[in-house]
Amino acid sequence: MSGPVLRVRDLITTFGQGAQALCAVDGVSFDVGPGEVLGLVGESGSGKSVTLRSLLRLLPAGGHVAGRVEWQGRDVLAMSEAELRGVRGGQISMIFQEPMTALNPVLPVRVQIEENLRAHTDLDGRGRRARSRELMDLVGIPDAGRRLDEYPHQFSGGMRQRVMIAIALASDPKLLLADEPTTALDVTIQDQILHLILDLRDALAMSVVFVTHDLGVVSATCDRMAVMYAGRIVEEGAVRDVFAGPRHAYTRGLLGSIPQAGAERSMLLSIEGTPPGLAAIPPGCAFNPRCDFATEICRAVRPDLAEMAPVHRAACHNAEAVAAAGSPVRSALADG
Amino acid sequence: MSLPEFLGRRLLQLVPTLLFILIVVFVLVRLLPGDPASAILGDRALDADVERINRELGLDRPLPVQFWAFLKSVATGNLGNSISMKIPVTQLIWERLPITMLLTFMAATIAVVVAVPLAFVAALRRDRVADSVIRGGFQVGLSMPVFYVGLILLTVFGAKLRWFPVGGYGDGFLDHLYHLFLPAVTLALSLSAILMRNLRSAIIGVVDAEYVTFARAKGLRARLILFRHVLRNALISTLALFGLSIGTLLGGAVITETVFAVPGAGRLMIDSIYGRDYPVVQGLTIALAVLVSVTFVLTDILQAWLDPRVTR
Repeated sequence: MSGPVLRVRDLITTFGQGAQALCAVDGVSFDVGPGEVLGLVGESGSGKSVTLRSLLRLLPAGGHVAGRVEWQGRDVLAMSEAELRGVRGGQISMIFQEPMTALNPVLPVRVQIEENLRAHTDLDGRGRRARSRELMDLVGIPDAGRRLDEYPHQFSGGMRQRVMIAIALASDPKLLLADEPTTALDVTIQDQILHLILDLRDALAMSVVFVTHDLGVVSATCDRMAVMYAGRIVEEGAVRDVFAGPRHAYTRGLLGSIPQAGAERSMLLSIEGTPPGLAAIPPGCAFNPRCDFATEICRAVRPDLAEMAPVHRAACHNAEAVAAAGSPVRSALADG
Repeated sequence: MSLPEFLGRRLLQLVPTLLFILIVVFVLVRLLPGDPASAILGDRALDADVERINRELGLDRPLPVQFWAFLKSVATGNLGNSISMKIPVTQLIWERLPITMLLTFMAATIAVVVAVPLAFVAALRRDRVADSVIRGGFQVGLSMPVFYVGLILLTVFGAKLRWFPVGGYGDGFLDHLYHLFLPAVTLALSLSAILMRNLRSAIIGVVDAEYVTFARAKGLRARLILFRHVLRNALISTLALFGLSIGTLLGGAVITETVFAVPGAGRLMIDSIYGRDYPVVQGLTIALAVLVSVTFVLTDILQAWLDPRVTR
């Protein structure tokens, strides 16, 4: 099968109503291909997590999603509650950043896995027990039979994240939404969990949307990446292309701020200032107050995403100047 | 720590608690103004007679000796005799305390039955009309004194409408429930307000928790999420508050029993304090303190059962 499994078009997520409404996601469009890992990258407050949650309409009270989220030819945003329940957890699953808070502290792991199976499969009690055990094995938790009856606080951080993945994968989803799943973990454990997710992607033929602020994680795991700033995608392309030749000044700034192991000691580039609050997004290009490349037009006209090279889009008036400045990332990392 | 081990520890902790209660009661009774001898003999008693009574009651001996004797008799279930009624205090307690326990139990049940569903409605319709009405209503209930509410209920439902008896305890279990209904409602009012407010904010906190979002992301039905994931977590903190409130409820029973002329331990306590019937006051205080301590233990057990982090 070719063609994307998920097509997101003009996604707009707002909180509140009327004049006070805040726009957290402002016209985001992207596709996810079968078996593809797409990285959604940005600083805190860039709208990447809200984008991810909007795909399954998992917003807190007061949130509103508009646009289209096409999943297997149907618009998730237009589905009835019952239809949506079938997609959530059954076809599209989600894992979260902090497994300690995302697992219910008062229920044994078994209950939290089996309730997913009960909602999406026809398995009987015996079948659900067998499947739970199988899932624990699949995500690499030893002594599955005994550990199923334990509670989340009895697991270590890495094991807890494995439990969450086991729950998310219980009913064979075709798309996994991962919201910074390794941010709360030790570096060594991070690596294990990333490999686990990639292995499972291959074994289960899933696609993955990976939200992270960590470009190291993106280069290690993702096929394509979309960089978000102030609720919009500012650059999108194959990870290799973007790392080798960023076309948006913000992406270039992000790439310059990764410490590189083994590199000669040099000053890390950092981006001055902080991302704008949702209530005070500057006119023109939202990044212009922090941008070294900014010119007159950047303060007046908001740039649209434009094709810079085949499957490489960026929303920058000065993309050529940024490209000419070159990538701050040494080729070793870009090839990695 | 396993659950039985937790239980054992918790019960063991009762021992020093009870000992402390006994010391406090022993000291307090001896600090009260007036003395038993003049209570028995009247104000015009001769000094010689007072001395004789004190000797008979052992009140002339040193305090530690008296305390040891007190401990020994309490341990053997002997709380002395009532001065005014001339019968064993334990017998009085067995007659009166169950009435207060039933009243408290009814009040606690009513409070829970009223508070839990309303807390849900208020929390899930946060800042909407239903929430404001419920919270406003309870605010009024919370700010009215128990005896005043009792008198209003008594006047309206007892005297005017004649739906309920205006006092007494009745005969037979169902009749008891019937007689205790108005007092129990009176007693339940402030507790249900406190529980409702606490549970409402607990539910609001839990609804925003990440594990509830995860449960939604699993595609579970809203009702299942509410009962399995929200209610149980929200109840943990409210349960602790509920356990602590039982002591307050027993205190409130003293006033309520007086208003509704219920012959329970509360009434007995008031009568005994006025009558300077120290053995009864002492015995009742011990019995009530034990009751509250046991409630705390039960609360802890229930909490350990709700929240596995307590024991594992």
